[in-house]
Amino acid sequence: MAHSTADAAVAGHAHDHHDHAHDDHAHAAPSGFMRWLTTTNHKDIGTMYLWFSLTMFFVGGVLALGIRAELFKPGLQLWHPEFFNQLTTMHGLIMVFGAIMPAFVGFANWLVPLQIGAPDMAFARMNNWSFWLLPPAATLLVVSFFVPGGATAAGWTLYAPLTTQMGPGMDLAIFALHILGASSIMGSINIVVTILNMRAPGMTLMKMPMFVWTWLITAYLLIAVMPVLAGAITMTLTDRHFGTAFFNAAGGGDPVMFQHVFWFFGHPEVYIMILPAFGIVSHVIPAFARKPLFGYSSMVYATSSIAILSFIVWAHHMFVVGMPAAGVLFFMYATVLIAVPTGVKVFNWLATMWRGSMTFETPMLFAVGFLFVFTMGGFTGLICAIAPIDLQIQDTYYVVAHFHYVLVAGSLFAMFSGAYFWLPKWTGHMYDETLGKWHFWLSIIFFNVTFFPMHFLGLAGMPRRIPDYNIQFADFNMLATIGAFGFGLSQLVFLYTVLKCIRGGEKATAQVWEGAEGLEWTLSSPPPYHSFEVPPQVK
Amino acid sequence: MKHPCRSLLGSVLALAAGGAMAEPAKYLFQPPVTIIARDIYDLHTAMMWIITGIFVVVFGVMFYSIWKHRKSVGHKAAHFHESTAVEIAWTIVPMIILVGMAFPATSVVLAYKDTSNPDLTIKATGYQWKWGYDYINGEGAGISMLSSMTTPREQIEGDAPKGEFYLREVDNMLTVPVNKKVRILTTANDVIHSFWVPEFGVKQDAIPGFVRDTWFRAEKEGIYRGQCVELCGKDHGFMPIVVNVLSGEKYTAWVAEHQKAAVATADEAAREWTKEELLARGEKVYAAVCAACHQPTGQGLANAFPALVGSKVVQGPASEQVKLVLNGRKGGFMPTSQMPAQAMLSDTDIAAAITYTRNAWSNHADEGLVQPSVVKAAR
Ligand code: HEC
Ligand SMILES: [Cu+2]
Ligand SMILES: [Cu+2]
Repeated sequence: MAHSTADAAVAGHAHDHHDHAHDDHAHAAPSGFMRWLTTTNHKDIGTMYLWFSLTMFFVGGVLALGIRAELFKPGLQLWHPEFFNQLTTMHGLIMVFGAIMPAFVGFANWLVPLQIGAPDMAFARMNNWSFWLLPPAATLLVVSFFVPGGATAAGWTLYAPLTTQMGPGMDLAIFALHILGASSIMGSINIVVTILNMRAPGMTLMKMPMFVWTWLITAYLLIAVMPVLAGAITMTLTDRHFGTAFFNAAGGGDPVMFQHVFWFFGHPEVYIMILPAFGIVSHVIPAFARKPLFGYSSMVYATSSIAILSFIVWAHHMFVVGMPAAGVLFFMYATVLIAVPTGVKVFNWLATMWRGSMTFETPMLFAVGFLFVFTMGGFTGLICAIAPIDLQIQDTYYVVAHFHYVLVAGSLFAMFSGAYFWLPKWTGHMYDETLGKWHFWLSIIFFNVTFFPMHFLGLAGMPRRIPDYNIQFADFNMLATIGAFGFGLSQLVFLYTVLKCIRGGEKATAQVWEGAEGLEWTLSSPPPYHSFEVPPQVK
Repeated sequence: MKHPCRSLLGSVLALAAGGAMAEPAKYLFQPPVTIIARDIYDLHTAMMWIITGIFVVVFGVMFYSIWKHRKSVGHKAAHFHESTAVEIAWTIVPMIILVGMAFPATSVVLAYKDTSNPDLTIKATGYQWKWGYDYINGEGAGISMLSSMTTPREQIEGDAPKGEFYLREVDNMLTVPVNKKVRILTTANDVIHSFWVPEFGVKQDAIPGFVRDTWFRAEKEGIYRGQCVELCGKDHGFMPIVVNVLSGEKYTAWVAEHQKAAVATADEAAREWTKEELLARGEKVYAAVCAACHQPTGQGLANAFPALVGSKVVQGPASEQVKLVLNGRKGGFMPTSQMPAQAMLSDTDIAAAITYTRNAWSNHADEGLVQPSVVKAAR
């Protein structure tokens, strides 16, 4: 941090300023690949996280298209059933652990220091390490397809005792998850420490931007539950190879215990994947409504309540394992309760839009699209939460529809919204608005063509994770497959738009958006290499 | 619970589906034939009405706002950003609606959990990849059968047209009397499976090493089709559950017939069989049971299932193979591979399958003939 004058000098000029920053440094900084390998800069690391997750998003997407291609019509056309099961399993693992989670960490890396007025993350070296753990883990996952027996085919939920029948691909997945978990924990500790210690003078907790708030809570959730997942998969590993019987009744264990442990991690995990999305949307909507966020403090309390409740609802994923009635009722009531704080958030966003002065650039389109489609996922979640109804729809396509409405239309659309919103800040250029709008409309239409029919498939009785189905399900499956290919191809528009924006375009001002508020908009676009050398004063 | 709206929504959707009533439901749950399935159906319909109402109001407000409060129509932004009264209202009102939803659901939970006083108790065991049914208590006690999918490979691979009950047809249907409370005990032999019949509103995981239960009382004769709904390995998509609901008399007749068959099976195992008889029967058993893993060619699948062609076990002493098939084996082929125990098959079927594998393809084992009595003694 001894280079403030040099940095200040370059802060003003053009987009290729990263390189200048280094050239200007008195002692030689590494360049090329070594620069990225050794960087401790939060922006570089954020960028790497985002590219990594975009890559994994396309890998997971190709697997999804493999699934949909097989399901285009009844009968086995392309894959053997065991390979089909590998596709569903790896699609889930890669999207959850390789795409969505790292993408949000990428956003946090870029934005948390900018939004709280800090020069960088608290633990810069650990930050580098937590990113560079990801590529080896991803490699393990992808390579597992090529070992004897192929990748794990036990479902992303890795239920015992099916996992004990898998080949070595299962072990690779377990190691990959361990590494990804370690990376998440390090990333979270870094985020917590940064937020709690490095805020600009005057920024009290209740003045923090919403994105920072949601990530603070998310980071605590991650620290609490990633070790639980690590425990569950370690027990799986020892059951497989070292003769333990944690999940084997013949040795005094219990397969259902795996599910309890897994979902104790798994339910908070779904909020880990959605709370930062809530944070992003809470910035975009006020900016384009040109009106402050409605009910800031109730947003903070609602986010915290969701996080706390998320620890006592896990067994709603297990309504048909045969819990006693009291257990079923407890988990049903607790789950239904989560609708209250979630509703508060939706109402607050609506009230923010109400009597604003709205414009609909791509970030706002994705934010409104998020609000609309995510809320539908919330409604079906409520249907799933009612235990007797869940009895009919659990493990059917209804559930597949539900969680894609909250994860794709929820997390992913919010991330697109955030990407378009901050892209000018990150790159110094405006993206191509026409392409952005195309991306939005194609995505939202094809998303619904893909997933809306799945509600009907589930209600009528089509189980999930099957490679072939009765002819009564044929037409909706065909429709879903067409939608899926459309959705997949539409994402290439995003890739192109981002690349185009990085390479050039209209120069972005510091403010970028008329209605945007927050410290990040006080810095140049792109911001200087070390964000805030002198802490800004927050009133 | 009676909801007039159910029939309304139902008929609207039935119309949308082309009004075809004999076809399976396409947009909603299958027509219920038990009280629980009907309660669930009504609960779902009621929830959908409430949700649709909220949806219309909330998004009505949103789209109105999008329409009116745009910069392009010259709307100026207001600056309010807080209202405690409004915040309290939209916390309390949803809370009340939710209580209204959870309350009727509670009584349905209590009802479906009440498995007391059944007329008939049947154990359903999940195997990779078929179901086994053992009649434990009530009329028909002692009957025991395996139920595997009968859809031919040619249909699955697209070499023959697919039938109406494609993937949802079995050799032995779970047969029960109408209007009797049937308690189903579920368990499994290898991994977790799940027993589901949509029309009955029963779904219960079948967990290896544990016994769980559920119940139904079918109100209408007929054949109802479901399938396993918990991922259970390679052929998870191919283990249907087909229930045949018969009138009281017909059920009694069915029981009598099956008990006769059970006696015949016991007699069968006692007598000496010729090699030709065992080979003929063995070919069928192999195709129905073993081929799913060891493949019709006996070549197995790389890294998952060993070949039986040229296998040391198949070519070696018969007693070893009998033991292996009866008890299963773990880790002999790949570190984590597992042959599930096949003890649920009858002595004759096991003897026939073993005899077949010892003589089929290029195998010529020394002890080429295994009698059912040998299997019986090895149990
Ligand atoms: C669910 C799949 C499955 C089914 C069904 C199945 N097997 Fe197996 N079988 C296996 C597996 C896996 C192994 C290897 C076990 C091991 O690794 O120890 C095996 C091993 C064997 C072996 C020993 C092969 C050797 O050379 O070591 C024989 C013999 C055998 N099975 C016979 C049968 C017969 C006969 C049937 C039908 C009654 C049958 N199996 C049904 C999966 C199956
Ligand atoms: Cu959950
Ligand atoms: Cu199954």
